[in-house]
Amino acid sequence: MLGRIDTSATASRRGFLAGAAAGSAALVVGFHWRPAKAQMLTADGALAPNAFVRIGKDNSVTVFAKHLEMGQGAHTGLATVLAEELDADWANVKVMAAPADGKIYGNIDWGGTVQGTGGSSSIHNSWMQLRKAGAAARAMLVAAAAKSWNVPVGQVRVERGIVSLRSGKRATFGELVELAAKETPPADPPLKDPKIFRLIGKETPRLDMRAKSTGTAVFAIDQRIPDALVAVVQRAPLFGAKVASFDATKAKEVTGVVDVVQIPAGVAVVASNTWAAIKGREALSVTWDDRAAEKRDSAAIMASYRELAARPGTVAKSSGDAEAAIKSAARTVEADFEFPYLAHAPMEPLTCVVRLSGDSCEIWAGDQFQTIDQLNAAKAAGLSPDRVVINTLFAGGSFGRRANPGSDYIVEGVSIAKATGKPIRLVWTREDDIRGGRYRPMYFHRLRAGLDAQGNIVGWQHRIVGQSIVAGTPFEGGLVKNGIDATSVEGASTLPYGIANLHVDLHTTQVGVPVLWWRSVGSTHTAYSTEVFMDELARAANKDPVALRRGLLAKHPRHLAVLNLAAEKAGWGKPLAKGKGRGIAVHESFNSYVAQVAEVTVDDKGKVTVDRVVCAVDCGIAVNPDVVRAQMEGGIGFGLSSIFAEAITLKGGAVEQSNFHDYTPLRIEQMPRVEVHILPSTQPPTGVGEPGVPPIGPAVANAIFAATGKRIRALPLASQGVQVS
Amino acid sequence: MAVSLSLNGKDLSLDVPDDMPLLWAIRDVAGLTGTKFGCGMAQCGACTVHADGQPIRACITPVSAVSGQKVTTIEGLQGKAAQAVQAAWVRLEVPQCGYCQSGQIMSATALLTQNAKPTDADIDAAMNGNICRCATYQRIRAAIHTAAKTLQG
Repeated sequence: MLGRIDTSATASRRGFLAGAAAGSAALVVGFHWRPAKAQMLTADGALAPNAFVRIGKDNSVTVFAKHLEMGQGAHTGLATVLAEELDADWANVKVMAAPADGKIYGNIDWGGTVQGTGGSSSIHNSWMQLRKAGAAARAMLVAAAAKSWNVPVGQVRVERGIVSLRSGKRATFGELVELAAKETPPADPPLKDPKIFRLIGKETPRLDMRAKSTGTAVFAIDQRIPDALVAVVQRAPLFGAKVASFDATKAKEVTGVVDVVQIPAGVAVVASNTWAAIKGREALSVTWDDRAAEKRDSAAIMASYRELAARPGTVAKSSGDAEAAIKSAARTVEADFEFPYLAHAPMEPLTCVVRLSGDSCEIWAGDQFQTIDQLNAAKAAGLSPDRVVINTLFAGGSFGRRANPGSDYIVEGVSIAKATGKPIRLVWTREDDIRGGRYRPMYFHRLRAGLDAQGNIVGWQHRIVGQSIVAGTPFEGGLVKNGIDATSVEGASTLPYGIANLHVDLHTTQVGVPVLWWRSVGSTHTAYSTEVFMDELARAANKDPVALRRGLLAKHPRHLAVLNLAAEKAGWGKPLAKGKGRGIAVHESFNSYVAQVAEVTVDDKGKVTVDRVVCAVDCGIAVNPDVVRAQMEGGIGFGLSSIFAEAITLKGGAVEQSNFHDYTPLRIEQMPRVEVHILPSTQPPTGVGEPGVPPIGPAVANAIFAATGKRIRALPLASQGVQVS
Repeated sequence: MAVSLSLNGKDLSLDVPDDMPLLWAIRDVAGLTGTKFGCGMAQCGACTVHADGQPIRACITPVSAVSGQKVTTIEGLQGKAAQAVQAAWVRLEVPQCGYCQSGQIMSATALLTQNAKPTDADIDAAMNGNICRCATYQRIRAAIHTAAKTLQG
């Protein structure tokens, strides 16, 4: 999520969040934080050379993760990068979530002052910072050993947590902690030649596997604090409606219900346990003022988008003269695409635990925007931000949902704690989650292209209609330029194909449905429309879809390399049995490049099975290849969920879905066999949490076309009468 | 109303309403949080526990319905099948966010207890009720096969 963040790092891009944060917008480049000498040893005698690592007398190496672990493997990856330069023994490495502090733990890709996780940026923005942090700590241990053994530092070796000399003299990290604390951490320590990496690029075991396989991993919903009550909130049935009045008499009669309070988001029922809170809410009677509410059907909103698409929008990208080129083309191809609202539906519904006292607030959450949540919580509590402590726990999935500029669920938790004077565990039920808004926006796309007599693409027009994700949020200043929300058009305005006459425009709509980034953001729809349309153009030009793309990617070698690798590994061009089809798509998001080939079977009743997916990925240096594979597998499954059956629809403004029976994520029997191939690279690492998602939709749609001749131009498949097994 | 049951081998008397789902009795009253809330209507399997060895969805099972039964949660899971499953989960790095995995492991252990050598189709049928939003399904299948091999020696 969070849209495109260039690794080329222009000042405007990197500074895009500056307006969102209090304090300086100065770039934090690399590793800069250094404690005073007196603080170099912690109270329990651990070496604390910087904000990212503690080395204990027991040889433990604790890495402080500034990013949320929500399944993407960030904790393991961050620890790997630091432990590599430290030459730590992986068996002694632990991770702890860092406290919220934008000055120390700001996301460098976002300007360095806001702490948060998103845009597949965790490893990318931390890469040099954590290498330097690890190398500085190593240099201090080496300097301490050299002094102690009276040898030049050049003679001291470090391997797997052991500092030694050729002579056989050796010391553990723990044994050197006190001496090392007397050294000054170097500001610019030498870094390893990647050729001698021992952890990076290897199958370093994930650090959270045992906890997550024994039920001992603690999520916010599991966090227990003394005297906490459970709260559920009755929110408005229509987006934009407000509480007019409520009657809590019956709710308060439910055994276990302690209090019922109004908060800005609705009416909260507070009880001694979750079941009582849910039952109490069922007994609650609320009258809503829905005068300002959105009351349209989603179908009517989509119809209005289609009408808008007849008119030119605000230009997002224009080169050459697409209109003229298409007019004079030998052949014109046109296609419309429709995309529904999508819910994130993380398995752990939104939850936070809040303890509020007169002058401080402590929050436990699977927190994705620590310093933004800190500011919003402070405002709700009536405290200054430095009085708000955020404890970041594992998140039971997020997919963008917990990265909310308005901190909705955090503010609710704080508001309830303030209104009741009690510590609160706020729990959203699944119905609250599915009906609670902040969806991937609904979009309409219209594409037109012209082909010359030889089947070359001479012009390409792409019009997108939909809501802005960042309008009205603190991100607007950085991500909306000249009326274009970059997250609405990314992937379309950055089309990699060498087409001389290209025109992309945008209609940003005003709809009263709250929207948010959803795993891979703009690419969730632009990859689908552009890559299905490329397939349509290949068929119209009577060209092979891979060959057509190859010819247009001369200036994009990384796209080309993953395209070629996926095609080769999938056996592109080999004959398939009747009823089977193969489709390909390639897409870059967040500076990672992914191509996928899907193989489908369509039976004689039209039922689609995705049998196999071959995925090629270039994410720079793969810090942990198994995590890269896992994220590609998961991204493909997550993408398939939305392609097959997921949609949020509105009737009279009310969300028609409510739980997993009618908003249906992928199940195990629908999961194809996935093969992941990672391109070797010496480029700095880029993210993998999101880039596996975009290509799967178009690859499957193109495979269905290859098998049946049927084009899928509106999602999900279920809405088009296509059954999936 | 007090409901008596055996939870992870310990006899308990829980003072809760009869209609309270077993899930909330386990989490909020007995204080064991390994069993997760995902949907509240037996659609996702995050709340899977064993009642007298059978996998059930704790979110729709009234606590009174398991009165006198032996309830096992992830915290009390024991035995060769469970050990093999959990070892395979760690070795193959199945979990991502991890939230659904208690339920996955409870379902997988029940499967292997009843079927020592499941096929992919057997696995899909037994695990169909457990949603993983991170889509770790390919590794779940592989880990169940790995665990089955471990159990066969």
